[in-house]
Amino acid sequence: MNINRRHFLVMLPAAAIAWKYLQAGTPEASPNYTMSEHWWSMLIDIPKCIGCGNCVRACAAENDVPDGHFRTWVERYHVTDYDMVNPEVISPDGGKEGFPAVGEDAGKYFFVPKMCNQCADSPCTQVCPVGATFVTPDGVVLVDQSYCLGCAYCVQACPYGCRYIHPEKKVADKCTLCYHRITKGLTTACVENCPTGARQLCDLKNPNDPIHAFLKTHHVQVLKPQMATGAKVFYNELDGSVR
Amino acid sequence: MNGVQGYMYPNEIGLIWSVLIVLYPYITGLVAGAFILASLVRVFNVKAVAPTYRLALLTALSFLIVAPLPLQLHLGHPERSPEMYFTPHATSAMAMFGYVYLWYLMAVLVFEIWLDYRQDIVLFSRSTTGWKRILYKIMTLGSDNISERSLAIDHKVSWIVTVVGIPSAFILHGYVGFIFGSIKANPWWNSPLMPVVFIFSAMVSGIAAVMLIYMATTKWRKLPIDMPCVDTIAMYLFYVFILDFSLEMLDLIHRIYEADESFRSLDFMVHTKLFVSQIVLQLIVGTAIPIIMLGITQVTKLPAMVRRRIYIIAGCLVQVGIFSMRWNVVIGGQLFSKSFLGYTTYKMAMATKEGLVAAIILSILPFVILAVLVKLLPPWHEEMLGHDVADSKPQALEV
Repeated sequence: MNINRRHFLVMLPAAAIAWKYLQAGTPEASPNYTMSEHWWSMLIDIPKCIGCGNCVRACAAENDVPDGHFRTWVERYHVTDYDMVNPEVISPDGGKEGFPAVGEDAGKYFFVPKMCNQCADSPCTQVCPVGATFVTPDGVVLVDQSYCLGCAYCVQACPYGCRYIHPEKKVADKCTLCYHRITKGLTTACVENCPTGARQLCDLKNPNDPIHAFLKTHHVQVLKPQMATGAKVFYNELDGSVR
Repeated sequence: MNGVQGYMYPNEIGLIWSVLIVLYPYITGLVAGAFILASLVRVFNVKAVAPTYRLALLTALSFLIVAPLPLQLHLGHPERSPEMYFTPHATSAMAMFGYVYLWYLMAVLVFEIWLDYRQDIVLFSRSTTGWKRILYKIMTLGSDNISERSLAIDHKVSWIVTVVGIPSAFILHGYVGFIFGSIKANPWWNSPLMPVVFIFSAMVSGIAAVMLIYMATTKWRKLPIDMPCVDTIAMYLFYVFILDFSLEMLDLIHRIYEADESFRSLDFMVHTKLFVSQIVLQLIVGTAIPIIMLGITQVTKLPAMVRRRIYIIAGCLVQVGIFSMRWNVVIGGQLFSKSFLGYTTYKMAMATKEGLVAAIILSILPFVILAVLVKLLPPWHEEMLGHDVADSKPQALEV
């Protein structure tokens, strides 16, 4: 092939862009793991949560979550029968160190662990101007932190408040569903450290996963279903007052 | 605790879009509004406002040059922003920013200004000496034919550019509104009216800004203010303002009447944290008072001096009102929890990358750029070497 100077100059910018992607290389190999065989989700069994904060601490330790920011947190709801739509909610330091003792007043108290809902139609993915946030073929919403601009549009777009800008890295950060663990056959840090089994990692593509039986026999709901985000964190016995 | 009332999701406590993001829609609004005013002369042949034509274009350019700076300062990784050009994400409302911006800057504003000034630039390049001569020579881009035929072509092309520019100005600013309006997670922003409200408020602020700049510069040059010109601008300002106000009221009434799940939370916010910026500054000081003032000039025959003072005061109040509107959208939209159970507080930083000092510098910068542009490309009627812009045909000069 004859390449004259003109052709060379035309091809130069394209080659420069291509080189960048070549340098980025191939993703880290994960033997014995095929993305297309999984569709990850999480089950949170509200009656089982005791608000101990183990999950929050485990997540922070596993993922080096900066202070004051949370990939997962636990809320305590106090709902009274005279104002069911305006519950009193607390989450001191994300529930990391547990909760103060409950009062003697009427009403019900319960804990709601929160985390990224790994939405199938995630608004955060939709709005990212460069596609640094994406849904993996196995259903986990991730952020390519080497690509993120740090514009925080995704933080604004998440209806659940699950994202934040990492104070040191200056990029969007969120729950990865411990992707580095689940692709190696492990479970997430929060699930592993939950003493009551209130959290369960589920693989909806695995016919033997107990989630299928659970979904058939329980009243399960997702957060803010009106947002139509395809949330995949399922809550058992979710109270109507939960936001 | 941390200025929080009620319950905020723990990641929501600190605001992530700061005063710089307030500045961005305010600045692009001025750009779009100034351009629309210029188009009145060029496309709609409103000869009365011709004295502001070039000034409006230069004002638009000065602000447009500054427009991306607050965004760049805000980004966690500004060095990665070119990725928006190379790998835009098709589904993102924000991804088109780079393209819309470049299109508007290069294909509309710079091109139109160049076409309009080409004759002057060529003449300057012949009459000046030293570095100025070199600069003007470069600015001619090698196109130094200023024959009658050539100028007629310029004029025709410039008209087409302006016609294309009007929807482009609408897109530039309507698109900024869409960035906010399309966020379904945030009921304060989520509204199909948002882009339309942004466009009309842009026209209001831009028209008022050019009117103020025209009056200030004319005063500075110790020349009489062209009253038919400012009267006409004020008339357009008044009617556009009425439209803008109607749209905002429609949005407000709709929200109050519908009173959806977010209403209680938003209503509380407007009456507390946003009371000063929304009710006092935006609605009363920045909207009701200037509309009444401008309305009075439309229905009464006041002396020129009184009208001038009314225009100046109304123009300044309009800027306060529109800036407050941007503030209320951007900051207000982050003060309440998406759980609708609590509120946080915006603590503006001072001398940081996204602080007050940066915002003030970025607000002054367009005026510095405008001063340089005005020096380089005088927009004044009597200094125009070539043609009168309101005339349909330019006059070629024999040099």
